[in-house]
Amino acid sequence: MRAQVIVRLKNGVLDPQGEAVMASLGSLGFEGVNGVRIAKLIEIDLDASDYDLAKQNVMEMADKLLANPVIESFEVEVLK
Amino acid sequence: MTVAVITFPGSNCDRDCVTVMNNVVGVAACRVWHGDTSLPAETRAVILPGGFSYGDYLRAGAMARLSPIMSAVHSFAQNGGPVLGICNGFQILCEVGLLPGALLPNRSGRFVCRHVRLKVGSAPKGLLAAFKPGEELTLPIAHGEGNYFADEATLGALEDEDKIAFTYIDADESGNAMVNGSRRSIAGLVGGPTHNVVGLMPHPERRSEERLGGIDGLPLMQALVGGGLS
Repeated sequence: MRAQVIVRLKNGVLDPQGEAVMASLGSLGFEGVNGVRIAKLIEIDLDASDYDLAKQNVMEMADKLLANPVIESFEVEVLK
Repeated sequence: MTVAVITFPGSNCDRDCVTVMNNVVGVAACRVWHGDTSLPAETRAVILPGGFSYGDYLRAGAMARLSPIMSAVHSFAQNGGPVLGICNGFQILCEVGLLPGALLPNRSGRFVCRHVRLKVGSAPKGLLAAFKPGEELTLPIAHGEGNYFADEATLGALEDEDKIAFTYIDADESGNAMVNGSRRSIAGLVGGPTHNVVGLMPHPERRSEERLGGIDGLPLMQALVGGGLS
């Protein structure tokens, strides 16, 4: 199975990369860009057969290492 | 006694710390590899040095937190042993939970390498006992991720409990540091059961000798082996 973890900065946490990208989009002439937030997508190849167990396992991985709960939130999707 | 300076893969200030402890403070110091599982028996203090442990992969300090030596460092700190985290060491102390909050990328998006003016907190004790309340000092910084962040409740508690060790003097109208955006201009924190854990983004070891421009950082390096701790 494969799992995808998206790690995002929480709302209210400044994202300097996103701000810089937004400024660059503006300088390229793109109009109407109100905000850019950059997130991480982490793909995990899992040796697992049970969907629920796999999801629980990856949730724990995200909680313990992949995301820092002080500044980040995460979403886990397990792909069958 | 010895001061254990932990060397992670990517640490680059470990030798500076050993040199200052050996040649300026005048105590034995040694580098301890992050893969070791115990500190030398005679360890009197621990330094987590600056650098880019594990290349700052995932988040600065996130991987170093899981190095084998860190459970020994954690116990040492919980038992009142003096621990100083400098720059990447501060990031690691936050990741491992010995200090609250996290260090985000600088608000400017740029790596900043220069001297900054700092102010000591209002009630320095423990490892900070050598400083006077509100004392001002100059130290060098060199970081890309020094933007201290914690939620409002945590920030309030840090202030109420006098756990803000150092603040940047130059702040914007919201109270955030001009140099990197740190909430409440926080440059360093103190924690641990006896105020024995200090983490800060500036580099005290780079300003501990007159011939290198000043000795503003020396009291903190000396405090690791001094009598300030109960």
